[in-house]
Amino acid sequence: MENAIKKYWPVFLLPTLAAFIIGFIWPFLWGIYLSFHKFITVSKTTFVGLDNYIKVFQDATFVEAFWFTARFTIVSTILINIFAFALALTLTRGLRGTNAFRTVFFLPNLIGGIVLGYIWQILLNGLLTNLGLPLLALDARYGFWGLIILMCWQQIGYMMIIYIAGLQNVPGDLIEAASIDGATSFQTLIKVKLPMVMPSVTICTFLTLTNSFKLFDQNLALTGGEPAKASQMLALNIYDTFYARAGAQWKGIGQAKAVVFFLLVISISLVQLYFTRRKEVQQ
Amino acid sequence: MKKIIALALALVLCMALAVTASADASVYYLNFKPEQDAQWQELAKIYTEQTGVPVTVVTAASGDYETTLMSEIEKSECPTLFQVNGPVGLANWTDYCYDLADTELVKHLTNDAFALKEGDAVKGVAYVIETYGIIANTKLLEKAGYTVADITNFETLKKVAEDIQARKAELGLDGAFTSAGMDGSSDWRFKTHLANMPIYYEYQADGIGNTAAIKGTYLDNYKAIWDLYINNGTCEPALLASKTGNDAVAEFVGEKAVFYQNGTWAWNDVKELGAENLTMLPIYIGVEGEENQGLCTGTENYWCVNAIAEQEDIDATIAFLEWVITSEEGRKCMSQDMGFVVPFDTFTGEYASTNPLVAVDTALTAAGKAPVSWNFPTMPSEEWKNGVGSALTAYAAGTGDWAAVVSAFVDGWATEYALTH
Repeated sequence: MENAIKKYWPVFLLPTLAAFIIGFIWPFLWGIYLSFHKFITVSKTTFVGLDNYIKVFQDATFVEAFWFTARFTIVSTILINIFAFALALTLTRGLRGTNAFRTVFFLPNLIGGIVLGYIWQILLNGLLTNLGLPLLALDARYGFWGLIILMCWQQIGYMMIIYIAGLQNVPGDLIEAASIDGATSFQTLIKVKLPMVMPSVTICTFLTLTNSFKLFDQNLALTGGEPAKASQMLALNIYDTFYARAGAQWKGIGQAKAVVFFLLVISISLVQLYFTRRKEVQQ
Repeated sequence: MKKIIALALALVLCMALAVTASADASVYYLNFKPEQDAQWQELAKIYTEQTGVPVTVVTAASGDYETTLMSEIEKSECPTLFQVNGPVGLANWTDYCYDLADTELVKHLTNDAFALKEGDAVKGVAYVIETYGIIANTKLLEKAGYTVADITNFETLKKVAEDIQARKAELGLDGAFTSAGMDGSSDWRFKTHLANMPIYYEYQADGIGNTAAIKGTYLDNYKAIWDLYINNGTCEPALLASKTGNDAVAEFVGEKAVFYQNGTWAWNDVKELGAENLTMLPIYIGVEGEENQGLCTGTENYWCVNAIAEQEDIDATIAFLEWVITSEEGRKCMSQDMGFVVPFDTFTGEYASTNPLVAVDTALTAAGKAPVSWNFPTMPSEEWKNGVGSALTAYAAGTGDWAAVVSAFVDGWATEYALTH
């Protein structure tokens, strides 16, 4: 049997590999290729060299969208992880109804981003109207905090589940040993539980960081980038570049933006992985 | 490993075979208007039964036409018939547009202006003419003590609207105008259709049909009509940012407002009020001599035949289109079932449109009013429209000023024009 697997492993690998190449590697290479061209359809392209990349950095809206996205990512990553961890701690204490609460907190994650965006748009606009404040589409500050509220609501439950799994894996004898040594519950949390759940922290920060940075649906549905692109994030900016302007050159610039965007996401998440991994401890 | 390579090669061979097995001449129409999808499917079926030529009709989801076209046209079975919205849309697709100058389609056009030309080549042919203005509920207007004849220019429109607005409680209304919603489902009525008015008058004054830099000569008039809409509407101007197209329809059909800016395509939405209670007024913006102005009539739907398709498919497509505009079935379907005003000379008598809002336009034109042409297909890009829309929304809510609208309109035009040319 083992021999057979050794011999035929490529056959077992092939379907997944083929899917990966067709669905990911090939379009990815095409994307990079297209970012150096101007085109309407991908079979008729004209090579333009680095022109597209030069124009990306001349585009003020792209830089603005980057800073908006960066601010959003920092705030949402911190808030989501703190709340998710706090909830996970509360829901691993063996309180009554724990399972019901876990389900309730997880539920928002099952609804798609576009739907959530429109629902929250109605809710938040209703609230802002009652308070006599400008609507979401009129003031980027409200758009920003609206997006934060929406993302927290959607993501906290998911991250909570990961933290719960991490917390449940903290060996009971370690906690017992800590309490015998006279550690307070706060000390146990900081010195014992937290180092032990660092792998979960790594995953959760990675997920929230990349999700926030790549956010598209919620941005499109909740604010649509209004007012005048002041709440536009990078993914929506790329989409607009590609579709909202007529003329062949814009497709290439949109594509170049996408490549820059990819490099940004990759580098930010690698830095994050490096720093959180360092804090992980061996059991 | 050799086996793997052999297997992979066999797979490639199979795929290659599948691709080369091509069919005889066929037609593939990528339809733009979801409202008419069922009728096109039906028409395609009839044509296939009569001639044996397979006709496929695929309708792109609303708002996704360009995206769908971009991916469909790459396929080996690409659309042989697609559409563009005018000169700006043509800029993207000109390489894919077959010259239709020698076809019957062009010869049957009632007006040369309905052919989308590039030099002498006819790249597209309009197939539906539409009209917009201010749809008015005459029953409510009369209840307020006015008739349509009282409204002949901006001044009288303003007087009537403001009077109705002042007495809205007494009349049982929420406002004179339906909400000028700036949500994505409705903002095109103002950032595109209403913005056509100042552009039209500027083009008229300068004797041009397109420009690289708009001057904004008539932007004060644009402000006047926008102020009228937002200050005499069914809701606070600050709330317009979230109002949708459906909100406006509901207010109008619910008889909570007298005026509703939209076009002939909206007939199905408002017909329950009854044709006898509805009419359409020109959009007056206070330009000298506007008493003679008619409704805004034009098109942004041009048929284009795909030049990169096989020649036999191109011929089949042109034959199909000629059949659509000359045969009994085709003409009945387009004029009556789809409810279109079709700009070909074969659509007369029983094949004229039955849409009452179209009848209003015909009557006005017959009375000597000058129709306003559609100049918004010359707007430089979607991006420009969005900029104007954002500024209008902010102005309505009081978070922005009119100077921002002017800047988006004038400076935005020059910027976007430069960026897309």
